[in-house]
Amino acid sequence: MIAPSRDDLIDFIYAEVRMLDEGRFGEWIDLWMPEGHYWMPLDYKQSDPVNVTSYLYEDNFMLRLRVERLKGERTFSQKPKSRCSHVIQRPFVDEYNPGANHYVTNTSMHYVETRLDEQQLLALSATHELTVFDGAIRIANKRVDLLNCDAAFGNIQLLP
Amino acid sequence: MPSYNVETACDLVQEHQVHRDVYTSLDVFQLEMKHVFRNTWIFIGHDSQTPNKGDYFTTQVADQPVIQVRHSDDEIHVLYNRCPHKGTKIAIDRQGNTGKFFRCPYHAWSFKTDGCLLAIPLKKGYQGTSLDQTENGRGMKAVGAIKNYRGFIFARLAETGISFEDFFGGSLSSIDNMVDRAPEGRMEVAGPPLRYMHKCNWKMLVENQTDTCHPMVAHESSAGTAVKLWGEMGNPEPRPAAMQIIAPFMSPYEFFEGIGIRTWPNGHGHTGVTGSIHTDYDSVPGYFDKMVSAYGETRAKEILDENRHNTVYFPNIMVKAPLGQLRNFIPMGPDKCLVESYVYRPVGAPDELVARSAMYNRMINAPTSMVGHDDLEVYERAQEGLMSNGLEWVNIQRLYEDDENFEVEAVENGTSERQMRNQFNAWVKFMHPERDTTTGLEGTE
Repeated sequence: MIAPSRDDLIDFIYAEVRMLDEGRFGEWIDLWMPEGHYWMPLDYKQSDPVNVTSYLYEDNFMLRLRVERLKGERTFSQKPKSRCSHVIQRPFVDEYNPGANHYVTNTSMHYVETRLDEQQLLALSATHELTVFDGAIRIANKRVDLLNCDAAFGNIQLLP
Repeated sequence: MPSYNVETACDLVQEHQVHRDVYTSLDVFQLEMKHVFRNTWIFIGHDSQTPNKGDYFTTQVADQPVIQVRHSDDEIHVLYNRCPHKGTKIAIDRQGNTGKFFRCPYHAWSFKTDGCLLAIPLKKGYQGTSLDQTENGRGMKAVGAIKNYRGFIFARLAETGISFEDFFGGSLSSIDNMVDRAPEGRMEVAGPPLRYMHKCNWKMLVENQTDTCHPMVAHESSAGTAVKLWGEMGNPEPRPAAMQIIAPFMSPYEFFEGIGIRTWPNGHGHTGVTGSIHTDYDSVPGYFDKMVSAYGETRAKEILDENRHNTVYFPNIMVKAPLGQLRNFIPMGPDKCLVESYVYRPVGAPDELVARSAMYNRMINAPTSMVGHDDLEVYERAQEGLMSNGLEWVNIQRLYEDDENFEVEAVENGTSERQMRNQFNAWVKFMHPERDTTTGLEGTE
């Protein structure tokens, strides 16, 4: 791929959430650059992912573990499995820099996760740092800010 | 479900089993709030959460809303968070600075930061009334007693009762070890706590802290899968962070048997007497040198060689000394418990220590944690399963011995459920002081 168009970047975000909604986690893992982190801050406008607690700051091993665990026979909290649905706004392309192979999108979404009789709705914004590698768009880093990050939650088992 | 008073509630606890109503009954829950959480010393917060005069922090002692506030004399006070006039909560946000006084948003009654009444608008309306002779006329009510122990603030709601030192006794050695691990001998809170809502009884969470027979079962899906994935990669070094933090949960029964459990009087106890799942962490460059400078080599080694796992401070917190963590299990109802998990920065130590603690917190204690998911799943299944009338008793008999004496410190096989029995022994003791003449507690019935 030469430089992706803005529409390519936007289509990528739609395709990513569709993979998550359809439970195609193996494909989803392959979207990631190996050194990327999935960050879900705990605090509103948190700037430090390392020296204070977050919900998630997962490296590639943790993301693979998360996906592998979902398949396990003894994954008790996933008997039965959770399902999720993302309803997303058209992503903003906040940075478009083919020279540096660096792109940033910002996407507002409503994320619904359900299991048994429970269903929860999270409003959030996702910031993707994207790059082109091996001819395809890849996630270099992803940050998910929950609108109600300071609320007490029960289990959030899948990934927004 | 039958109704209970303190007498019949205490009958729900036997030496080797407890009746399921201790987890499910609203009556029993209300009795716990009225007695156990009133007569014991309850964790409030850390003094670094309110570093400046007028800083406050709101929290709960079980179902009681309270404020931790730093007064003009620099002392920390703990006040009930309600206006003595009509009951409005005085402080609503989780933390802030109120200046020299609190002001109720309803009728502008104002109070000094030690709770004393400062002013009431249009005060002549109370002339000739007896407001100044009522308890409400004095201001915001303070809790019965407070203690700042090495930065950790505890309160006893009851005006009289067991002293802080008598209540915690030898168990304070775990807080000591946590704070001693800071070269400057003090901790600072590192960000807000994770807040994780559990639809189960608070005691299930406290019991689980010293339950060493569940990690390799309940957490096989995360810890076992981590070991498998790393193996498939050819066990590369340096190992992924998850291999330090999560993989030790797969340690075999023999490991947990060997590390031991210590119990202290009044329901306190810890796992990991001779070592723990926290022993095998990578060393942090520069840290040991800072400890040696602060304490000398012998003492520094002594501090760092103590690697306790979970220390339960009865009734409802757990401290991880080697990681600088505290979990607060706040009862919200018989089937609802809010867990707040804090990370503290050991002052004077390299940042890598607090970074590891923050990592542990999000990998294990977060609503998004794979480990937390399976814990919550089994608690909630237990809360639902206990409604079954097929069996009414919960067994806590592993390595039970006749005539166990909880008034003396003991070290046992690390898979013993002795600490759970110790907690229930203390539960009865502080639920019903009249049953026990050693506590000197006020009768609250």
